[in-house]
Amino acid sequence: MNIGQAIIEALESLLSNKMRAGLTILGIVIGVAAVVAMLAVGTGAQNSISNSINGIGTNLLFVASGSFQRQQNATVQRIEPLTQQDAQALTDPLQAPDVAAVAPIIQGNLDVSYNGEQETVQVTGVTPDFATVRNVTLSDGDFISDDQQQGGSMVAVIGPTTADNLFGTHVGVVGDTIRVAGQPFRVIGVLTSRGGGSFGNEDDLIYVPLNTAQLRLLHRPNYQVDMIYVSAVSSDAINSASDEIAEVLRERHHDKVGQDDFTILSQQDILSTAQSITSVLTVFLGGIAAISLLVGGIGIMNIMLVSVTERTREIGLRKAIGARKRDILIQFLTESSLLSLFGGLIGIALGWLIGFVVGRVAISLGTDLEPVVSLQAILLATLFSTAVGLFFGIYPANRAANLQPVDALRYE
Amino acid sequence: MSEWVIEAQDIEKTYQMGEVEVSALCGVSFQIAAGEVVSIMGPSGSGKSTLMNILGCLDRPTKGTYMLDGESVEAMTDDELASIRNRKVGFVFQSFNLLSRSTALMNVELPMRYAGVKSGREEKAREALIRVGLGERMNHRPTELSGGQQQRVAIARALINDPAILMADEPTGNLDSKSGKEIMNLILNLNKERGTTIIIVTHDPNIASQTGRVLRLRDGLLESG
Repeated sequence: MNIGQAIIEALESLLSNKMRAGLTILGIVIGVAAVVAMLAVGTGAQNSISNSINGIGTNLLFVASGSFQRQQNATVQRIEPLTQQDAQALTDPLQAPDVAAVAPIIQGNLDVSYNGEQETVQVTGVTPDFATVRNVTLSDGDFISDDQQQGGSMVAVIGPTTADNLFGTHVGVVGDTIRVAGQPFRVIGVLTSRGGGSFGNEDDLIYVPLNTAQLRLLHRPNYQVDMIYVSAVSSDAINSASDEIAEVLRERHHDKVGQDDFTILSQQDILSTAQSITSVLTVFLGGIAAISLLVGGIGIMNIMLVSVTERTREIGLRKAIGARKRDILIQFLTESSLLSLFGGLIGIALGWLIGFVVGRVAISLGTDLEPVVSLQAILLATLFSTAVGLFFGIYPANRAANLQPVDALRYE
Repeated sequence: MSEWVIEAQDIEKTYQMGEVEVSALCGVSFQIAAGEVVSIMGPSGSGKSTLMNILGCLDRPTKGTYMLDGESVEAMTDDELASIRNRKVGFVFQSFNLLSRSTALMNVELPMRYAGVKSGREEKAREALIRVGLGERMNHRPTELSGGQQQRVAIARALINDPAILMADEPTGNLDSKSGKEIMNLILNLNKERGTTIIIVTHDPNIASQTGRVLRLRDGLLESG
């Protein structure tokens, strides 16, 4: 008996009891669909997070005061805050040749109003370089200029949502004057909409010149800054830029070795953290889905056992006319594998559909999530479901193959 | 090579029924020559089914030796027995035992598939069906055939690998007398035309009278033959 004939016979046998075959594979269908959908949505989520992290800037480094290693090194005595002077020092091409641009910020939530409309918005004081470091794009007007920063101008760049909330529109609002903490600011630009990202809503915020924020709105002592964004000259230079920044800051803050009072994070650090979280989640959900595959496999075993009992006489006859153990084994294993293979294929289609629907729902809820059904996921699901059928088919098939022809023929 | 197709020497068969040992055959010896038509008779419980199973290599004797077409059978593994059944024995059962999902043609082909015949199977199966008078109904399933027709398919299947012996267990037991006669004629003609050795297990003295020799069993022993 070759495999082709075995498959044809198995198909005939399965088709002769379509209802039962259909119900049997249901477990596998659901299991595979769950696995495929989980993997698809997981991969989609990962991509979407990666995109939003990549979208916040190019070759970006985050410098913040304080040390994440404080718990290990409880001896960091004194944390010196970052200042505008620190930021200035990082722009020195001699000390930090791999640094392309530096953008210190200060940030706070303030009341903003226009014509009686009022809301609390995150106001960030930024330098003109912020636009390049953070990939800021405008749908209207201009970003803050060097002159406006130097002169502490009362100007503001606002997010589209902020514009909508204050003006009822985000078109044609450049030139209007809003009040931030009671002081008049002229709107000079409106940001392009980015949608909700992993870093909070990037559409509902206001940028003002750093000097203006320091003098009139947020008043940090000693020209402290909340954070410094640094962009490296290239993606290869990120590590060396990070080292250079650390070197400059250690010197300025007189830090002892191993007791930095600041933390430098690269985009890559954040990306890999986010990815490890989503992949743990994907594996976890996939594992749960795999359990339903197992249950489906047990269902197949159950039905195959019933089938073997039902067909005892047939097995006896086959043996009487010359079927060897191997022939019977192959016959029943082919049936159970085919069952689960079909289950797997239907499950893949269903999982794909579920992933697609989840993606649509996510988009309609404003989250950009494109489920990705990878070739690996399909191969994995197909292989795994067939393996489940094979594994759970072994016991019934063995039982069939080991029947004695005399007993089997006599069976009623 | 002896002229005997079947040489049974002191065949014993005991079954373990719980605590009790039951002897179905208590030392049976006989020979059957090539081309003979033999019937095995006896009341139920006489051991004729057990003897039939052993002669057909479906079962092994507990004691004694059995040579089928020159091959000693007692020490064979299950798979070797399967191969012997496939090549040397053709079975015809009382209840036909056809595969209900397969066509007549597929049923007849099946032993060739287990024999590993690669090509020409369908052609040979067609010829066999034509020979038993079923040329018109090759693609029908057993449920679409009458009892007599089903038994013809079974006979075609039994002969497809040119076996040394044909074993028929009450071949007419489930048939009306007309188709029973036709089946008996078919079987006896096979013996005349092809010289196939035939062993028929039966209750029916009419059938036994058509065979050249009758082996009578009683309580696991051979009474006559």
